[in-house]
Amino acid sequence: MKNMLKHLFCSNPGKKAHPAAAALNLLLVCGLLTAIFWLSLAAINVAFDFSFVVTFRTRLWRGFIVTLELSVLSMLISLAIGVLSALGQGSRILAIRYLCNIYVKFIRGTPLIMQIYLFFYIIGTAWGVTNRLLAGALILSIFEGAYIAEIIRGSMLSIDASQLEAARAVGLTRVQTARYIIVPQLVARTLPALTGQFASIVKDSSLLSMISVIELTQTMREISATNFRLFECYIFLGLLYLCLTLPITFVSKRMERRFDYAS
Amino acid sequence: MRVEFHNLSKRFDDNRTVLEPMDFTDDIHTLAVIGPSGGGKSTLLRILGGLITPTTGEILMDGAPISRDESALQRYRANLGFVFQQSGLFKHLNALENITLPLEKVHGYSKKEAIERASALLTRFGLENDAQKHPAALSGGQQQRVAIARAIAAKPKLLLLDEPTSALDPEYTTEVLDIVDELKNEGLDFIIVTHEMGFARHACEKIVFLCEGRLMEYGESAELFGNPQTSQLKNFLGKLLEWNV
Ligand SMILES: Nc1ncnc2c1ncn2[C@@H]1O[C@H](COP(=O)(O)OP(=O)(O)O)[C@@H](O)[C@H]1O
Ligand SMILES: [Mg+2]
Repeated sequence: MKNMLKHLFCSNPGKKAHPAAAALNLLLVCGLLTAIFWLSLAAINVAFDFSFVVTFRTRLWRGFIVTLELSVLSMLISLAIGVLSALGQGSRILAIRYLCNIYVKFIRGTPLIMQIYLFFYIIGTAWGVTNRLLAGALILSIFEGAYIAEIIRGSMLSIDASQLEAARAVGLTRVQTARYIIVPQLVARTLPALTGQFASIVKDSSLLSMISVIELTQTMREISATNFRLFECYIFLGLLYLCLTLPITFVSKRMERRFDYAS
Repeated sequence: MRVEFHNLSKRFDDNRTVLEPMDFTDDIHTLAVIGPSGGGKSTLLRILGGLITPTTGEILMDGAPISRDESALQRYRANLGFVFQQSGLFKHLNALENITLPLEKVHGYSKKEAIERASALLTRFGLENDAQKHPAALSGGQQQRVAIARAIAAKPKLLLLDEPTSALDPEYTTEVLDIVDELKNEGLDFIIVTHEMGFARHACEKIVFLCEGRLMEYGESAELFGNPQTSQLKNFLGKLLEWNV
């Protein structure tokens, strides 16, 4: 009896659960979550009404697209910033090294919301970037670039000296060593974490609503301000973000397994 | 192969002399380098392998000096085989690719030729079922056998091995040393740094004893083991025998 319970409800972490046990427990958890939501809703006497999704479908779709554009643009720019600052942190030229160090420390040590206001003032007002989408993507990229720099720097440091010596020993030239040994190992170590960071970019882009970039969160704020269906609005908002982040997380996990040849 | 060096010494950046000036001239088929840890054995082997440059001195291999120019050194290294103590295999490549990569990129084999050569070696070393495995999925003994296969794949003139069995569990030591012995019987010259005194004594013709950066003794292995001259070598061998069965 005790054994059967154990098989139905337990499985060692890291191991796949039995399909039956997985289904049962998933159902249980979903039921529990629904119950909590339901009871909370009942307590404030609201009934679900998702009709706004249809009413505002064009605006929601536009917001979704803006979030998507923001995310993709920021991924590209932040990747470039991240690679450059990671290289810069390892530079022999002191000024470059210090600049990159200060950048990474400052960004990682301060909240995004503060940076959004500060950089919006600089980029938007002082530099005159009036396109809010572009300004938003730039601000977000400056923020995420510091985290990406740390990811890349970490994997650079983790490349073993023994691998480089082995490359020399078999007679590879420096260029060949970079191409056939260093870059593949860097990519394998960086890609999973980098993909995970892209999921953060999607989520963090929601804070750009603070400077009135009409992305998904801002759209939803405006809608909920007119129909007062806060609960439904934000649940739906969460689902939309999951549509973007879950596939990214899935890809990240896949890559983690695919590149898990070492360590 | 004729190995010759004069006034060879090495001092690292921290200014500690790791190898005192030493001279050597002899024809080598099988040479074991023995001595206590930190005595400079790996450093000497790395210098001979063209992986680091000596502080002073000149080395001649079959009469040709080892250049200090990087592209000449790179060609020199390509014509040697080097086996490290551990983690000498490329972690992101499987066993087969570890062997084919240098064959294709350094020695100009076509992909097909490289795979044929690599597969033949893997089969010969009993690894035909492990060709697709990454180093992390291989045992230490299997890793070293792949490393040896990679080192000899391009038919080098000389094989250098730096304690190839030191990181292995004892049961894997034999399988690796057997291969080295087999290669010797095929006429491949090698220099091995090892703590396996049985192998040094019975499988290697000549022995170099390095201690505290000095080349203390050199000679035929039977002679050197049977009749050690210096107190350091007597001491060293005595310590090794202390716990022997
Ligand atoms: N790259 C290096 N920089 C500074 N010191 C080193 C370096 N490599 C080795 N040494 C020092 O040289 C000495 C001899 O090392 P090594 O040649 O590895 O000895 P062995 O292989 O006989 O144990 C050791 O004291 C070691 O700390
Ligand atoms: Mg050593």
